[in-house]
Amino acid sequence: MASVVFYFQVHQPFRLRRYSVFDSSHNYFCDESNEEILRKVARKCYLPTNQLMLDCIREHEGRFRISYAITGTLLEQCAQWMPEVLDSFKRLVDTGCVEIIGETYFHSLSFLYDRGEFRHQIQLHSDLMEHHFGVRPKAFRNTELTYNNEVAQEIEDLGFETILTEGADHVLGYRSPNYVYNPPGCNIKLMLKNYRLSDDIAFRFGNKGWPEWPLTTEKFANWVDRINGNGYTCNLFMDYETFGEHQWAETGIFDFMHTLPGAIMQGGKNDFLTVSEASAKYPAAGEVDIPRMISWADAERDLTAWLGNSMQANALQEVYHLHDAILRSGNPDLEHQWRKLQTSDHFYYMCTKFFEDGDVHKYFSPYESPYDAYINFMNILDNIRQRINA
Amino acid sequence: MRVFMLGWEFPPMISGGLGTACYGLTRGLDHAGVGVCFVLPTAQRPVQPHIQTTVEFQSPGEVTVNVAAADGTPLATGAQRVVPQEDAKFEHTDFYRLDAVLQAYASPDDMTVCDAAMLDGSLHELLDRPALETDEATANGPVDFGAPQSDTPVTVAQAATAAVEAKAQSAPAEKPQPTPSDITFPGGSVVKGTSGVHYEGDLLSQVFRFASLAVDLALTEEFDIIHAHDWMTFPAAIAVARATGKPLVVHVHSTEFDRSGEHVNQAVYDIERAGIHAATRIVCVSHLTRNTVVHRYGGDSAKTEVVYNAVEFPDNNEETLVPIRRNEKIVLFLGRITMQKGPEYFLQAAKRVIEKVKDVRFVIAGSGDMITGCIELAAELGIGRHVTFTGFLRGDDVEKIFSMADLYVMPSVSEPFGIAPLEAMRHNVPVLISKQSGVSEVLTHVLKCDFWDIDDMADKILAVLRYPPLQKTLTEHTPFELQKLSWDDSARQLQELYQQILTEGA
Repeated sequence: MASVVFYFQVHQPFRLRRYSVFDSSHNYFCDESNEEILRKVARKCYLPTNQLMLDCIREHEGRFRISYAITGTLLEQCAQWMPEVLDSFKRLVDTGCVEIIGETYFHSLSFLYDRGEFRHQIQLHSDLMEHHFGVRPKAFRNTELTYNNEVAQEIEDLGFETILTEGADHVLGYRSPNYVYNPPGCNIKLMLKNYRLSDDIAFRFGNKGWPEWPLTTEKFANWVDRINGNGYTCNLFMDYETFGEHQWAETGIFDFMHTLPGAIMQGGKNDFLTVSEASAKYPAAGEVDIPRMISWADAERDLTAWLGNSMQANALQEVYHLHDAILRSGNPDLEHQWRKLQTSDHFYYMCTKFFEDGDVHKYFSPYESPYDAYINFMNILDNIRQRINA
Repeated sequence: MRVFMLGWEFPPMISGGLGTACYGLTRGLDHAGVGVCFVLPTAQRPVQPHIQTTVEFQSPGEVTVNVAAADGTPLATGAQRVVPQEDAKFEHTDFYRLDAVLQAYASPDDMTVCDAAMLDGSLHELLDRPALETDEATANGPVDFGAPQSDTPVTVAQAATAAVEAKAQSAPAEKPQPTPSDITFPGGSVVKGTSGVHYEGDLLSQVFRFASLAVDLALTEEFDIIHAHDWMTFPAAIAVARATGKPLVVHVHSTEFDRSGEHVNQAVYDIERAGIHAATRIVCVSHLTRNTVVHRYGGDSAKTEVVYNAVEFPDNNEETLVPIRRNEKIVLFLGRITMQKGPEYFLQAAKRVIEKVKDVRFVIAGSGDMITGCIELAAELGIGRHVTFTGFLRGDDVEKIFSMADLYVMPSVSEPFGIAPLEAMRHNVPVLISKQSGVSEVLTHVLKCDFWDIDDMADKILAVLRYPPLQKTLTEHTPFELQKLSWDDSARQLQELYQQILTEGA
């Protein structure tokens, strides 16, 4: 029996408006483009995909089971501009077949800079999940699957039972991502992304140059079948925007997803479980020691997408440096703005790694260049510093 | 393969993109084993360099070896074979200096009505009338020639080819007069030519004199293709193409619209247009320039290609100057102070910057027709204390100013390519360039703004001054940027282009 564990990351940042050093406004975010992007992504992805998942759950009478990590920033945007998206997620959770995963409310890198802030944001997120969905998460995944042993220890201390990360080759070595593990000296269960099968859907599905194109559900189900005897789980972790946004509807991704559950469960060899169900069902196959930070980003599977150059390091350091002064200000609006500035996307836009190639980094960036992203961010921090006399 | 190239003085004899590009491309072609017959005009000492141009002349960096061609055949009158100091670096290139006084970046502002009329007539003849019959042209070029009508004005091509014919009839053993290597230019306008004829030194007549002498030389040289750089050499290139029937490549480094905005000089525009239309292929230094060539000159887009300029990668053993310690940040403008380069936007942005930080100095290095206006503008804006005009800088002073600069700004209103930012990057200086520049098509690790967006320019200048990580990240990526732009690669593109043309023509 191989259990397919789908986990989707659902997130949108609050993008910043163009903010010059000559600006003095206290409004740092571009409501207009944030609303526009949310509406576009909702139309192309969230609404149709949520309906699709709901249909699958109903058609398979509860045997199709999935997990989501939905960020606080996205839910704020939904509540403000598209409550129907929030409602559709609620309907999914109400089926009992959907698990909500915990994370930092602001999809931040706070673990690296400020443990107090990290714990606070997890608390905020759990509260928000309880408020909207009536559940408190038991499993955790850090922003963009950033992870090391220390993260695991911290998360275990906060009472979580399972933690997710990337099944990076350089940490797994000969071991398979298709088992459940423990971090060294911890009881918390560690589940690792099967990046080959995940990326076959998330990145390669619509690529006509890929030798396996077109990917059929039969073919994919066959690959999943092969896990039998070599593992217990098939962890398919991906951005939710894979459906309809990264892979357009024209690629056939929706039809694929709609027929996939049936194809995988055909023959009765495989099933679907949520993260916590799989973690509880299967015993730990050993310890996986990950002393260095990894993530699911780029070929390097490290932090360099957010922390790869001096600008990123400087911007991150400066934003966390304001912590005490912000709290002292006693201004809850400012505090919230400061936290929205911690969202990892702002630092991702400053990445210079692949700037030449116009790849995914550029595709997702609202800026013309990583340098513009840094300048804009620093101008805003400068204004905040003036407000709090820091 | 051998190329008859009509080009310009190499640096350091001349500073500016045109000479640098001619040098880089010729070096690249030479490396690739392509023979080049490099023909250039006589350099003129600018009378008032500080207000005219940034073109710089040092002591002649070359020696006149003889007055004969490389193979020993006597040279045409008015031509010198020269060996540049850099000669050691060239294996397949011969250099010839023609006795016509032209300088890159000259402007025909002082052109007289008479010049314009002459030009118009010559150009008209050059394009619309068949060239005179010559052995070369009969063999290779278009036929359908007629003898010149005695009542029509003698055109450049006609004059040139007629001169050739006359020479062919005279005794071939007759040696041309040796040319004095050190020519003086009394008053800068009247020049005693080597043939003993006085001629007016104004720009357009020199352009046509250059054409006439180029034809003479061309008829004594063996080559497969003609390649001409910018408008002043186009009449010569057209004439040579006519006289020899060889295919012509014109290389557009800038257009009259870049130099003069919408106030184009009709005569110059006509010459550029004539070159573009007479050419077998047109090479542009950027897509920006290609658009201009196609849309404003009616250039055939199928024949128009882009070959980017490049930069010499610094030698590892190159001595780097230690930056001078100081308590002021330096923002540098280095280039000709002309409308095209946008110095007034630099000053407007400087004013905005100074509102926020005081320990900054804006250095304007160069000369040009807008320098007085810029000095006045700085005073009007009340930022005189923060602005330094250095005048034209050369050699070591350029190195020094780069080593001091915290940021190089090129706010050009219209810049076909823009080699200067590459020079700044070579010196590890971060750069801010206008989006209205060809070089912005190839550079990613630089800051960019619209030339007119003073606030954005000031915002970016301030960011570099205030946030060292920005400067650090920009300069860390500089080697990757510069490696993408090599003259050898550009020359290889030219070589492929030549090959294509010759294959098509065969």
